Amino acid sequence: MEPEDRRYTVEHEWVKLEGDTAVVGITHFAQDQLGDVVYVELPKVGDRVESMKPFGVIESVKTASDLFAPVSGTVAEVNAEISEKPELVNDAPYESGWLIKVKPDNASDVDGLLTAQQYADHVAASG
Amino acid sequence: MVDFGGWDMPIQYRGILAEHAAVRNGVGVFDLSHMGRLQVRGPGARDLVQWLATNDVDRLAPGRAQYSLVCGEDGRILDDIIVYNLESEILLVVNASNRLKILDWIERHRATDLAGCDAQIHDATPETAMIGFQGPESARLLQELVAAPLDDLRYYAAMQTTLDGRPVLVARTGYTGEDGFEVIVAADDGPEVWDLLLEERGGVQPMACGLGARDTLRLEAGMALYGHEIDETTNPYEAGLGRVVRLQKGQFSGHDALAAVSERGVQRKLVGFELTTDGVPRQGYSITVDGQPVGRVTSGNKSPSLGKPIGMAYVPVDRSEVGSDIAVEIRGRQVPARVVALPFYEHRTRRGATPSASRG
Repeated sequence: MEPEDRRYTVEHEWVKLEGDTAVVGITHFAQDQLGDVVYVELPKVGDRVESMKPFGVIESVKTASDLFAPVSGTVAEVNAEISEKPELVNDAPYESGWLIKVKPDNASDVDGLLTAQQYADHVAASG
Repeated sequence: MVDFGGWDMPIQYRGILAEHAAVRNGVGVFDLSHMGRLQVRGPGARDLVQWLATNDVDRLAPGRAQYSLVCGEDGRILDDIIVYNLESEILLVVNASNRLKILDWIERHRATDLAGCDAQIHDATPETAMIGFQGPESARLLQELVAAPLDDLRYYAAMQTTLDGRPVLVARTGYTGEDGFEVIVAADDGPEVWDLLLEERGGVQPMACGLGARDTLRLEAGMALYGHEIDETTNPYEAGLGRVVRLQKGQFSGHDALAAVSERGVQRKLVGFELTTDGVPRQGYSITVDGQPVGRVTSGNKSPSLGKPIGMAYVPVDRSEVGSDIAVEIRGRQVPARVVALPFYEHRTRRGATPSASRG
């Protein structure tokens, strides 16, 4: 069910290369586990993010959860729509519910992340 | 599913926001079977409850219900309960996590404070089910199922009737700030009554609600939840529940300690607050003034009905007036907040507002 045009982390983020920019969001599984998203705390354009370090926080009615950067790089864009409509993360996690765009230090780092199949296996294994 | 006082309870069925909205606009159905149901019977039933609970049972007319507290000898809160004055018994509805503690508290005082009190306690929790039916459409829909006219049932009143032929206790109580009911039926009838209550009627589809919506609804209604606003480290006066402590009624569990607190006054108070920017306050976060911790958030969330971040917190008395500026420390940042009046959401119960006076 995960789109195959992108890669995934064990922390349930996805990353998709668009030219030399990496688009980052959370997976369908992650939004489903969180439930209704009500607030997302994101970095600013120009901020550094580091691979597998927290870059923000996503809050649902139920809980708050760290967001982990799939790759290291510099934030190029932040999804401005999310602050007004955090429910986009639930409704369209792989499209309009994306979170940030990163200019990666090494675009090839993306290739080292989980494929859609590997991520699906990871989700299945973690029950 | 999560473990809730030993019961497997769903946080949500379809989604917390959808369930919350159903209760504010239509009807929500809650499985409350985890709540303790203790029947007090015998000639000394009234005396036993009068010793156990802080409110005055002598002011409780037949067929009426009363919000009350159970306090320890030190005046700390052991539980908050609802006392129902029924024909054959006094029924206590207690929190799931406190049921055994309350039973034990009574037994430990049988030979002392309760010596000579001829009353039996029967724990009816396992043999009964309890279901909440809450929301502006609840009376209209429930009336199609129950025999007795619900128009006669006032807020905080209860009656025995039948629901689709099954014996049932219907109480006009709740924990949402809306008009609504709580029904108690035999455990064997529970699943069928649950299904009946969830059937679409008159164009309204009731929605099953989990613990998540129960929490956001009661938070907006400014109602205390045991383990959050009140527990064994809080006293009724700082929790804003002094009105259900009737010191004049005579001796009861915690009386002398509570009289001393009442005399001395409190250092902190439970207040409502809202963040003046976006964010989500949560239980355990520090309340700060000039960067210094002065209190603690007891409950918080982004209010689904009001669309803004709200919470309840203990703050020093000099910061407790409505309009006081405080801050909530969220992940190391001081997020500005303001003390506001409770409840956040104006109650729409049958007889109008009774701020934080009830639970279910």
